[in-house]
Amino acid sequence: MTQSQHEAIAAPSMVVERQRRAKQRRTMFYLALIAIGLVAPFLAYPVFLMKILCFALFACAFNLLLGYAGLLSFGHAAFLASGGYVTGYLLASYPGLTPEVGIIAGTFSATLLGILFGVLSIRRQGIYFAMVTLALAQLMFFVYIQAPFTGGEDGLHGVPRGELLGFIDLSNNVAMYYFVFAIFLFGFALIQRAVHSPFGQVLKAIRENEPRAVSLGYNVDAYKLLAFVLSAAIAGLAGSTKTVVFQLASLTDAHWHMSGEVILMTLLGGVGTLLGPVMGASLVVSLQHILAQSPLGNWVSVILGIIFVVCVLSFRSGIVGELGKMYRKNFK
Amino acid sequence: MTFNKKTLACCVAAAAATSLMASNAQAQMSDDEVRIGYLADMSGTYRDLAGPGGLTAMEMAVEDFGGSVNGAPIVISSADDRNSADVGANTVRGWIDEDNVDMVGGLVASSVSIAVSNVIEENDGLAIVSGSAASSITNEHCTPNHIHWVYDTYPLANGTAKAVVDQGGDSWFMLTADYAFGHALEADVTSVVEANGGEIVGGVRHPFPTNDFSSYILQAQGSGAKIVGLANAGSDTVNAITTASQFGLTQSGQQLAGLLIFLNDVHALGLEATQNLLLTTGWYWDMDDQSREWAERYYAEEERMPTMVQAGIYSSTMHYLKAVEAAGTDDPETVRAQMAEMPIDDFFARNGRIREDGRMIHDMYLAQVKTPEESTGEWDLYEILSTIPAEEAYRPLSESQCELVQN
Amino acid sequence: MTMIFGVPLAVFLGQLTLGLVNGAFYALLSLGLAVIFGLLKIVNFAHGAQYMLGAFAALLGFRYLGINYWLALVLVPLVVGAFGMLMERFLLRRIAHLDHLYGLLLTFGLALIFEGTLVNIFGVSGARYTAPEALQGGMNLGFMFLPVYRGWVLVAALAMCLFTWFMIERTRLGAYLRAGTENSQLMQAFGVNVPLLITLTYGFGVGLAAFAGVLAAPLYPVSPTMGSSLLIVVFAVVVIGGMGSILGAIITGLSMGIIEGLTKVYYPEAANTVIFLVMILVLLLRPSGLFGKEA
Repeated sequence: MTQSQHEAIAAPSMVVERQRRAKQRRTMFYLALIAIGLVAPFLAYPVFLMKILCFALFACAFNLLLGYAGLLSFGHAAFLASGGYVTGYLLASYPGLTPEVGIIAGTFSATLLGILFGVLSIRRQGIYFAMVTLALAQLMFFVYIQAPFTGGEDGLHGVPRGELLGFIDLSNNVAMYYFVFAIFLFGFALIQRAVHSPFGQVLKAIRENEPRAVSLGYNVDAYKLLAFVLSAAIAGLAGSTKTVVFQLASLTDAHWHMSGEVILMTLLGGVGTLLGPVMGASLVVSLQHILAQSPLGNWVSVILGIIFVVCVLSFRSGIVGELGKMYRKNFK
Repeated sequence: MTFNKKTLACCVAAAAATSLMASNAQAQMSDDEVRIGYLADMSGTYRDLAGPGGLTAMEMAVEDFGGSVNGAPIVISSADDRNSADVGANTVRGWIDEDNVDMVGGLVASSVSIAVSNVIEENDGLAIVSGSAASSITNEHCTPNHIHWVYDTYPLANGTAKAVVDQGGDSWFMLTADYAFGHALEADVTSVVEANGGEIVGGVRHPFPTNDFSSYILQAQGSGAKIVGLANAGSDTVNAITTASQFGLTQSGQQLAGLLIFLNDVHALGLEATQNLLLTTGWYWDMDDQSREWAERYYAEEERMPTMVQAGIYSSTMHYLKAVEAAGTDDPETVRAQMAEMPIDDFFARNGRIREDGRMIHDMYLAQVKTPEESTGEWDLYEILSTIPAEEAYRPLSESQCELVQN
Repeated sequence: MTMIFGVPLAVFLGQLTLGLVNGAFYALLSLGLAVIFGLLKIVNFAHGAQYMLGAFAALLGFRYLGINYWLALVLVPLVVGAFGMLMERFLLRRIAHLDHLYGLLLTFGLALIFEGTLVNIFGVSGARYTAPEALQGGMNLGFMFLPVYRGWVLVAALAMCLFTWFMIERTRLGAYLRAGTENSQLMQAFGVNVPLLITLTYGFGVGLAAFAGVLAAPLYPVSPTMGSSLLIVVFAVVVIGGMGSILGAIITGLSMGIIEGLTKVYYPEAANTVIFLVMILVLLLRPSGLFGKEA
């Protein structure tokens, strides 16, 4: 907001120059991040990194909805799980399928579910929207328990990683990592594109003032539905990928705690910032990993709860948001 | 932690190392220590069945063994799987890739055990499942790399059902949790009841999980069956038993048969609600002097009496260490073979041996929950009625679907 | 024997009664949510945890202080309600000026803390709380054997619902509250201490949850996780009813209990999902809920 106001006042040539430089900086920044991503598997344990990437993508998808459309979904676990289950089921029962086909099918199923959920929930706002999505996701949780193809409580196991495009063996962790990294970049770029497109601008307008957006002639429900479905699809993509990496799909992904966790990741990293969810997901996943093997292991949920409370009370912009504020305050 | 431990060089080698590990790790202790991982639910539903107490039992075993095998120190790592298959599988993958864990023990939720056994098989490791109920773990999900120790649903359902029918409980109403596990349990019980001349007169499938059982108990009461069989687990079983006692199910002449119920459940429910319940158990702390002696030591540490799972964790860890000592190596394949060669006879297991499908079979016991009048203390809960010999208790290999069994 | 849809009349009536008992819990809890939502405009995600705290307070009060059931029924809602007021005063008030979603997130975090802490102290097996002597045993209603305690739960919950309705719709305090719901700034201008009113309201809503917890203690094993799964069902009930009226919350709660109860007879496999299915139907036909004003 403030930045665009400044830009409007400044002379046109300066604006162009500043925008060009900002864009250059952003490109450099992203290139640096990609470089880090490329060498990461040689510095850290690849499976752990893949877990982070999957959850980061999941959190980015969630953030598209909360951060840019202002809709708090408390049912995103359903998309993660449906992507995972469909991919897992297909790959486990049809050995001929290559992983990318499984992932596309999983993503597609999550998209369909997203349309269904979206149509039902999009007409309610704010808190009602959160409750409706939560209830719908809980319905899906019961469906997954009882459905014959999910393995119920035991989960779906022994999903083969297979060979990408039929010739790249994914059972090698490093090869798998680069595949996951590519998927992550694809998802992230898609979100980045959506947010900076006219579509993203309209979403932000709806978030800031819905009645005004309506009076400007925008079909608000259609925009919100599209954002919802896109978010569901990318969440499904994350779930599908996760299933291929871990070779299993389980009810944990469908449980409403998972919907809570993704909110925490986004909130901690920074709602409405592109990199916030990535940062938040890395932190939460690492924290869970460290805590699980420490004497504090039993206190994971309490610690997550405390982080939640602290974030809401005094850290609402999240880490990336606060850093951004600091940067603007000190360097501009 | 993962971020900083590895240098670049060693990581480039890591991919190659995994494939080499299996072939050249013979004859010696890998990295001069025997490392055991304890993976269990430390904070969720199954916390009281194994949880922190199981870790204590494992530590007791290591201490009793002397803390080292053939000069190599024994180290325990532990982690909470939070009942999540992917957390469990990931933890174990990390343990194997990064910490060279030689054996993984504990393992409670069936989903976690199956996921972990897949990871273990891929990496040629070794796991001992102590807490899980699913008999599929050594049936369709069997691998040459894991052993199932304490119990599974087969002896629990069969032992109890057969004993109940023998005592005259020949008409059953099944209260079944509506998912794969409940269906399997229901099918097992049905075949045993019918094979012994009994009859299933009705049943209801309740959603999983269910909080309020009153409606189903009412249906069971209306069925006129002598026995109400509970083909469910955990909190569902506990809720069903509580509700049944509120509705006076036993007073009106019907009897409950718990198919999957543990010492900690009975303790939590209280004798008032559970009295006279028939159940099958793999071990009971008060069943003889040997057991009492170990249980008292455990009690001194945890201030609770051990469940059969916790006792089984001690027993399996001990057996594993003995096998490592005898084989002179911690190479999983060699140790697994050595473990199968040595019979198991300790305070926990009688007439125990490990079959080729990975099932450790041992004598099981039919028990009845005492009445409040009979009980002399907080943990005086069961009376052991009879012993079910090891060979009869478990699913016979002739019915096995395990790929390792030649049928 | 008279049959209703293929089920003997006696069984039908029995299941109806049991459904009503469960419905009473839904009504109490959704009522508490509605009261809080009315003035604070936040969804109290900690409601399930506060219900659980009520049950635990009754259990521990009995175990360590010898407080009997009847006393607990009065004291526990007051104590837990007071605890809720502290939460409102020191946590929720600090974010009252923000988007109401933050209130939902804050209470969600608090629920995680309460549950996790109690799991670590008491485990998850669940403990037994014995109903008082006078409420034990059962009575024969002719069509069923009804445990006295369940009958009592129904009576007590309905009485509490009516009391709440009376308080809000028929007393001066209730009038302030309703006015505050409509326009709190105007109320402030008239000299009503709105912040105090908010604190009291939150405390009252929490107290209702705790009251339900005490009622539930002898019925279900008292365990730290007893509230969270129930809460999601209550959310669905709230969405069905819409948060417009007090009476609406009560009626929706009871009828959802009955619908769930009957599902357990005709199609037990769907008993957990039927309320969510009703919710979907209502969302399609009447997005603001049966009794809701347009949100």
